[in-house]
Amino acid sequence: MFETIIGLEVHVQLNTQSKLFCSCPTSFNHEQNTNTCPTCLALPGALPVLNKEALRKAGMFGTAVGATINRTSFFDRKSYFYPDSPSAYQITQLYTPIVEHGTLVIDFEDGSQKTIRINRAHIEADAGKNIHEGSISKVDLNRAGTPLLEIVSEPDMRSAEEAILYLKKLHSIVRYIDISDANMQEGSFRVDVNVSIRPKGDEKLYTRVEIKNINSFRFIQRAIEIEVARQKEAWEDGVYEEEIVQETRLFDQVKQETRSMRGKEEAADYRYFPEPDLLKVIVDDAMYADICSIPELPDAKKERFVNDFAISEYHASLITADLENAHYFEEMLSLGISAKNAVTWLIVELQGRLSGGVTPSTSPISAVMLGMLVKRIEEGVISGKAAKEVLDYLLENGGDIDEVIEKLGLKQVSDTGALEALIDEILNANADKVAEYKSGKDKLFGFFVGQAMKASKGSANPNTLNEILQAKLAQ
Amino acid sequence: MITLKEALKLSKEELISLKEELKAKIADNPELNAYIDVLNVGEGIPIAIKDNIQVTGWSVTSGSNILKGYIAPYNATVIEKLLAANMSPFGRTNMDEFAMGSTTESSCYGKTLNPLNPNCVPGGSSGGSAAAVAAGLAVAALGSDTGGSIRQPAAFCGIVGMKPTYGRVSRYGLGAYASSLDQIGPMTQNVEDAAILYDIIQGYDPKDSTSADRNDGTVSDKLDPNVKYKIAIVPDYVKDASEDVRNAYEKAIDVLKSAGHTIVEKTLMDPKYDISAYYITATAEATTNLARYDGIRYGNRVEGENLKDTFLQTRSKGFGAEVQRRIMLGNFVLSSGYYDAYYVKAQKVRSLIQQEYNKIFDEVDLILTPVAPRTAYEFGALSDPLEMYLSDIYTISVNLAGLPAISLPVDTATNGMPVGLQLIAAPYAEQTLFNGALSLETKLKG
Ligand SMILES: [Zn+2]
Repeated sequence: MFETIIGLEVHVQLNTQSKLFCSCPTSFNHEQNTNTCPTCLALPGALPVLNKEALRKAGMFGTAVGATINRTSFFDRKSYFYPDSPSAYQITQLYTPIVEHGTLVIDFEDGSQKTIRINRAHIEADAGKNIHEGSISKVDLNRAGTPLLEIVSEPDMRSAEEAILYLKKLHSIVRYIDISDANMQEGSFRVDVNVSIRPKGDEKLYTRVEIKNINSFRFIQRAIEIEVARQKEAWEDGVYEEEIVQETRLFDQVKQETRSMRGKEEAADYRYFPEPDLLKVIVDDAMYADICSIPELPDAKKERFVNDFAISEYHASLITADLENAHYFEEMLSLGISAKNAVTWLIVELQGRLSGGVTPSTSPISAVMLGMLVKRIEEGVISGKAAKEVLDYLLENGGDIDEVIEKLGLKQVSDTGALEALIDEILNANADKVAEYKSGKDKLFGFFVGQAMKASKGSANPNTLNEILQAKLAQ
Repeated sequence: MITLKEALKLSKEELISLKEELKAKIADNPELNAYIDVLNVGEGIPIAIKDNIQVTGWSVTSGSNILKGYIAPYNATVIEKLLAANMSPFGRTNMDEFAMGSTTESSCYGKTLNPLNPNCVPGGSSGGSAAAVAAGLAVAALGSDTGGSIRQPAAFCGIVGMKPTYGRVSRYGLGAYASSLDQIGPMTQNVEDAAILYDIIQGYDPKDSTSADRNDGTVSDKLDPNVKYKIAIVPDYVKDASEDVRNAYEKAIDVLKSAGHTIVEKTLMDPKYDISAYYITATAEATTNLARYDGIRYGNRVEGENLKDTFLQTRSKGFGAEVQRRIMLGNFVLSSGYYDAYYVKAQKVRSLIQQEYNKIFDEVDLILTPVAPRTAYEFGALSDPLEMYLSDIYTISVNLAGLPAISLPVDTATNGMPVGLQLIAAPYAEQTLFNGALSLETKLKG
């Protein structure tokens, strides 16, 4: 029996206005090499100046994971030559990072929990991008110097599932405290996975293999499963020593395999030493106070939803896992509808109808629209069944709720006068059944309801209908 | 040549003719090779600029082939300050490649001669600036000092050179050699001019994170040669210097005494530790500071067969021998397995040096030491790099400790070359430094 050991390194791009060490904007999709200056181009004589906002955001993450925030930290130079690294060294924090020793709790579906330790989170500058076009290679330095927070976990995860739960929780936290857009496709939440196996009960750690830059949770899960299988197979075949070496591998989504990045890895010597262009980084009292006050975290919001709205833990965790979803839910509630109905309509009805990565907040149905729809049900304007039709229509065509209700003729008749006339007609036409009912055949009540509904083409408000029918039959 | 103080009174027209006169004189002295070229910005007083200080539109190359043809797109902070003070960057002066050297022989533009004796080196690395001022080809100049690169050529050429406290003058726009040691400073005809130029270039700069955020005001308007100081001398430290230097040292002590200063004897640790700590720290920083010169974005690229080969070819052909030697040394001391033994240890020595100076400055205002073990020597006299490194013994501890120091001519050696000595002050005590230097200079003249 084997045990899987997983550690995760996540590079989160901090969503500051300007770069880490210069005032160039961090915005995306500008013309190549336009968001640059002497500092991020590493021109002779240019110097770095720390963006305090990046420091603040990194510190906020520390607060969110209950970590130690080092009131004094340092930057170091990490040397390597590559065209996308203009100074040929990355400014990072090796020896004393801003954040150390945090924890993050993951929740399993059965309600159990596990604490994953976070070793450190340090600030560093991103590289630019190399673009290869046939025999020509280009360098775009718009991204060079963008602030990153590298969050390094301890090797505490024991399955791909735990790794994904950790990543989702981490993703949720950085979104909640708004330190990153954390968009995996755009590369603002980049995951490197370290995987090894060992016989159960063994204490020592075996060779770890790094899998780099996988851009979706689903692929990360697959990559881990496939890499674990490869390592187990090598062990069972007696070729573990030869085949499993400390290296970086890429996950091939098409072939569903991990592949060595280089033929033979050169042992990199990054020659770290303290960055002499920057003084030590001091978090003063004002900044520390600022860092300590962070927005509500996913777990706290979940607890609050359970306590304030009496919804289930399960539903609360589904809604709060994603910040946009939680905001969506809160906006629905602001229309004064019941939380229970809001949950049903958000999770079951709307999310059940969405596919292909569309979320409630990116769907054509705004929180106000969905809340309004629930409100109309609660007001008795439409039936729940009719509301589903309205939702289908809105998803397809868009439009105004009340206009759509009108247009589809789904408005319930709650007008007692109209209903009384309609019921009188049915009772007159079925005098024999009325007599039978009155002599004790109670089951016939359903028959009268059905007839009346049919006559109203389903638009009768069932409550009103029941009341009138009961009164008339009692006469 | 008129002094900077006198030049401050010149009219616009007089400045124009001064610059014309300078241009003609520079053109008449090509063999000196103090200037790489002579460009001018603005209508102010001409100040010669070392080739590692960025001036917009100028080809600023740090005396290196790898940057030949590179055009700086921005001004160093000191250049902005000069322009704001009605001074004109006027001419690029020659230097040792990337400020690594003590003779100005390693420039890709060829060596600069000592104007007092063309067979002798002008010192380095700011040899071009020193030679220009000494030859009457500049009113004043800017140099940079990492381990003595302002003070030593000033001493060799018989002018005044001043290194401010680390953090006093912005390094923004100074092509870096060793970030924690580099400072830009004035090179002038006399102490008062040095104070005037220092006042203009000093001050906090938010673009340089190591810049000192303090406001101690100007010094040149408060210069007072009559303040009496307690000045430390270090006889043990001086005993290995040449006879000329030791004689000058004795002479300066007598002059300072006669000017009413109190002289006390102190000891400094064996300078061999300074040399080790300095060359480890400086080369470690330099190896990373110079890593950006890879031929990818700017500078001279030598195309190779592949990326790695392009890096190799560009850097092998672009950098001279001394620069390559220091890059290799820096990489060695930072490499895994050696880092603790070299870099970390060097930083411990560095803090011991700082403590030692602090202790002395608890008791005294200034320290008097030689600038170099001997006067300007003939070209080729120091062919062994180690011997050259050892010639820096009196200047580098000042950089390691981040102190302000000023080199001024005190005597003439038997061979006719000037002998310079330096006064060293506590951090940020530039007023004391200039006052003491002015006192010595005044008394020597009088
Ligand atoms: Zn920039």
